[in-house]
Order: sequence, then C-alpha cells, then structure tokens
Amino acid sequence: MKSKMVLFLMIIACFLLQCTVLHVFSIGSITPNLMLILCVSMGLMRGRKSGLWVGFFSGLLIDLFYGSLFGFYALIYMYVGFISGYACRVYYDDDVKVPMLLVAGTDFLFNLAVYGLQFLLRGRLGLGTYLYRIIIPEVFYTVFLTMIVYKAFYHINYRFMNIARKESESIWVIK
Amino acid sequence: MKNLKKKFHFRINLKSKHLLAIMTIFCVSCIAATFTSGISTAPLQETAGMIVVPFEKSINRIGSWLLSIRASFREKQELLAENEELKAEIDSLTTQNNKLIQDQTELTRLKQLYNLDEEYSDYPKVAAKIISKDPGNWYDTFMVNKGSNDGIREGNNVIAGKGLVGIVTEVGPSWCTVRSIIDDSTNVSAMTVSTSDNCVVEGDLELIDEGKLSFQQLYDQENKITVGERIVTSNISENYMEGLFIGYVSEIHQDSNNLTKTGTIVTPVDFRHLREVFIITVNKQDAIADQKGAADQSGENQEGGADEE
Repeated sequence: MKSKMVLFLMIIACFLLQCTVLHVFSIGSITPNLMLILCVSMGLMRGRKSGLWVGFFSGLLIDLFYGSLFGFYALIYMYVGFISGYACRVYYDDDVKVPMLLVAGTDFLFNLAVYGLQFLLRGRLGLGTYLYRIIIPEVFYTVFLTMIVYKAFYHINYRFMNIARKESESIWVIK
Repeated sequence: MKNLKKKFHFRINLKSKHLLAIMTIFCVSCIAATFTSGISTAPLQETAGMIVVPFEKSINRIGSWLLSIRASFREKQELLAENEELKAEIDSLTTQNNKLIQDQTELTRLKQLYNLDEEYSDYPKVAAKIISKDPGNWYDTFMVNKGSNDGIREGNNVIAGKGLVGIVTEVGPSWCTVRSIIDDSTNVSAMTVSTSDNCVVEGDLELIDEGKLSFQQLYDQENKITVGERIVTSNISENYMEGLFIGYVSEIHQDSNNLTKTGTIVTPVDFRHLREVFIITVNKQDAIADQKGAADQSGENQEGGADEE
C-alpha cells in the first residue's frame, strides 16, 4: 500500500515537472521525457507489472489533459513500462548504464509509435525530418536526463517502497 | 484461507502477460470509443484537474517570480529583448515597404482591414496565463489558468498580441486546454484580405522551427496574391470568428493542377515564448445564432448581446 502511494505521488510529481518546469530547460524546443524515464526505471527496478501500471497511469494522465485520443498514450507508456520490466530479472538495477540503454531504446520506439500512429496515418511522410528534428534529439536529451534522475528514483525505490526485487527471483541465481 | 490467498496472489503475479492483454484491450476500446463516437471524458478530467491544476498554478507562480528576479539581474536578457524588438521592427518595416509599393487596390484592402480590426476589438475577451504545456514534442497544446468559471467554453478562439493563437479544446472549472494553430493536427479555414479568396491553413511540424504555417487550396486565378498578403480567418469557418489575423504570406507556389496555390505563412505570434493569451468568450456558433436573432427583431440587438458578455 505504501509503495502504491509513493508510486502515485511520483507519477503526479513527474507529470507536473514534465508539463511546467522541464519546458524551461528545453533545448531547441525539445523537452526530455521524464514520464518515460519514470516508467522505465520502475519497470527495471520493480518488474513488469509495476512498469505496466506506472506506464498506464502516467499515460492516462497525459491523455486526460493533452491527448486527442483517450487511451493512446496510456497504451504506449504501458508497453514501455512492460518492455523495460523484462530487464528486471536479467540486470541489476544499481548501475546507471542499463537504464540509459533502456531509455534510449524505449524512447526511440515510443516516438516511432507516435509518429507511425498519429502522423504517418495522416499522410505526413517526411520521417527523415522528424527523425533528425524530434526523435533523435529527444532520445539524447532524455538519456542525459536519465543520468541525473535515475539515482533519485533508485533511492526513492529502496528508501520508501517495499523491495519488489528478490534475489531468488533472478535467473542468474542457482536454485 | 491464507494459503488460498497466497496461491491467488502468486497466480496474479505470474500472469503479467495476461494483465497486459487485458489493459491493451481496455486502451484500444477507449481509443475506438473516443475516435468513433466522441465519448466525453469530462468528469475524469475534472477530478484529475482538481488535483493537478492547483500545483501547476503555484509552480507557474514560483516560476514567474524567479524569472522576474533573474530578469532584473541580467543585462543580456534586455539586449536580447531589444534585439527581438528591432527584428520585429525590421519585419514590420519590410511589410510596410511591401504595402507602399502596391497600388490602388491597397486602399480598398486597408479599408476592409480597418473594418476587420474594428470587429476584432469588439469581441469580449478574457486574459489568461499559460500554466503548463504538452509533455511531448509532437504536438503544441497548452493549459491556461481560466476555465468555465470565467465564462470560457469549448470552441472559444484564443488570440495573443496581434494574431490568432488557437482554439479551446477542453474546459474544466478553473482551467482549459488550448490547441494552437501551429499544432500539426490543426486546420483553419482562412481567407486573403485583398481578394477574399478562401484557403486552408494547416499547422506543420516540419515548419515549426521557422515559425511558419502552410496553406493550401488557395484559388487565385489572376495571380493577385503576392508575398506579404495578410491572411485572416474566413467568414465560412465554423469554429473561428471572422477576421482574426493569422499571418503574412511568405511563400507561394502554383500547384501541379494549375488551379490552386500552396505556400507558407509567417505568424506574428511568438509561440515559443508565449506566456499570456486572450480568450474570446463568444463562439462562432453564437455569433451565427445572434445574427439570426438580430435579423428577426432588429439590427441593434446583436451589439447589445455582445456587450452583455
């Protein structure tokens, strides 16, 4: 229950930061995606199910205020959380390189999904422009932000929440 | 019993794939529902708004306080502002120059323009501050700190400084979201001032960096439209009030069908540094209804109705 409350507060806090403060730090009108970092780190630290729920609720929050299709971002963020949840059992979460790689991969996929489902279907064919102008800069900026905030998420996870990862669950431990 | 609970818990833990499938179906059905029948999520939005909006407002207040402190310390900022002003002046001088070169038709155009400006100031307006922006980089929507309590409704037009900014898409008690005209999914029915030819103005993400919009389907057989022409919202638009200024034509090309023209428009609004906007609290639909009522009774009724707001 306690960890659920903390997760809920973290989703709200990240949404607020994403919508207000992070726009101040945007470079070339590109804003890093803090919500995605949250989904990926929770997926990595707490497993597929947590990643799925965090992704679903953060996406839902975006849908409520800014989405044109209700449920669209919820769906994509949910998959982001779920996919990164697969890494939970394979990698240790105390190193920042794993979440960085995961964020790079999932942010790229996330933006491709937004492009494919909302722009390509309306006949915007210039993938190259979008790739160089939006997707790649966002991936780099988000990875950079991951280096800064992942440690904070890591500490919040281990200080304020029940430990979700059990050593015995790891596939590397001989049972 | 405890054993059973444990078993049950264990089972759910295992089936995260199934959970994913269920949630996927849920999301897809939500998307389908909103896409086809336009089911409103207003009650959910209102509850979420009650939690989120006060925080956003206070963050915004702190932000503007910090900005004001920073502004007082920085000379560079002043210089930048001055530079911007000078640039704007150059722009306006260039357009003025363009205008002066033109001939007799200019007079009628300006007369028309004057009429439009008169109308423009007649609309009842509410000033609002932008408190948050769309989290992604793909779209251009933002939230402002006025809502239905201040008389704002869905479909209200939003302007800033000189030009059209966007349209209100969702409204809560003390907030509303605005989709700007540079958003990739926005289409505005527009017309040229001098010849009243209609065209469609579209936001285009590929042009956003240059602060431009694209326009299409301009029918201009006599090649009267030139660079520098003013584009305003058209009289046949369903969502936008007539005569709101959109921008100047910056490029114009003939289409391959030889009938219509496409090109780009420069907006006078600086969308990247937008902080305050005005929301026009009458909708186009009301204006049409008003005019009908006025035609039924007398001509002056319409103005009285507008003043009341």
